[in-house]
Amino acid sequence: MLTPALLLSAALFVIGTLGVIVRRNAIIIFLCIELQLNAVNLAFVALSRYTGIEGQLYVFFVMTVAAAEAAVGLAIIISIFRHYETVNVNKFNVLKW
Amino acid sequence: MTDILFILFAVVAVGGAVGVVVGRSPVASLLFMVATLASVAGIYVLFEAHFLAAIQVLVYAGAIMVLFLFVIMLLNLGHDYRADLRYGSWSLLSLVVVGLTAGVLMQGFSGDTGAALLENGATVAAAIDAAVIEKGAVGVIADPLFTDYVVAFELMGLLLLVAIVAAVVLAKPRGAGEG
Repeated sequence: MLTPALLLSAALFVIGTLGVIVRRNAIIIFLCIELQLNAVNLAFVALSRYTGIEGQLYVFFVMTVAAAEAAVGLAIIISIFRHYETVNVNKFNVLKW
Repeated sequence: MTDILFILFAVVAVGGAVGVVVGRSPVASLLFMVATLASVAGIYVLFEAHFLAAIQVLVYAGAIMVLFLFVIMLLNLGHDYRADLRYGSWSLLSLVVVGLTAGVLMQGFSGDTGAALLENGATVAAAIDAAVIEKGAVGVIADPLFTDYVVAFELMGLLLLVAIVAAVVLAKPRGAGEG
């Protein structure tokens, strides 16, 4: 059951990448990043059956980093929304070359 | 039985992931995401990672998704139905990037390093199952977490503290509560 799980993980990661590129809503972009992290978690869990329990530990760490990232990212979105009244990433282009 | 369940969870996960990308309302995308996370938790159970499945449902599908929902409702974005897809050169770029990513990921399955992995897979899986019976589903994670990985664990706590402080500082209105 390892190969199907890795294929599913790859599919989820690719869909997440697609979402990050094609969407302009900052919240959806964050959701798609979470989707990518989850795809990697799935690969870790699937491989932990073959390499040892450490794979599941790394999933634990990745989840913590994802939670921290979501908290800080959403705070940044709130802060940006206060200035621009939108979450469309095309509107905040000050840092763009 | 596990194969049927795996296919069911996989279909829901991929369908939910597509729904996240194409959903027109942020709330719809979020609910699709919850479906994806729940079915990934189901797949964790199929791989005998019961503790991670519980954490996935509690922390991811519960806490983090509710945090997203709070922000969507706080900023009143729930009825933002304008299509916000990028078109033109962006769609071309996305196809190139997605194609390259898929190609690189598929490359990993064609190598023959997997054969050795599958060979000792049975013994490793048996060892994990024995440890689960001996220490329980939580103990088998907690044991290495508080011995070999205790520094990483403490740093994780520090990271969460920094993230909380940063979130409060960033989300606070400018000038509110300061001198």
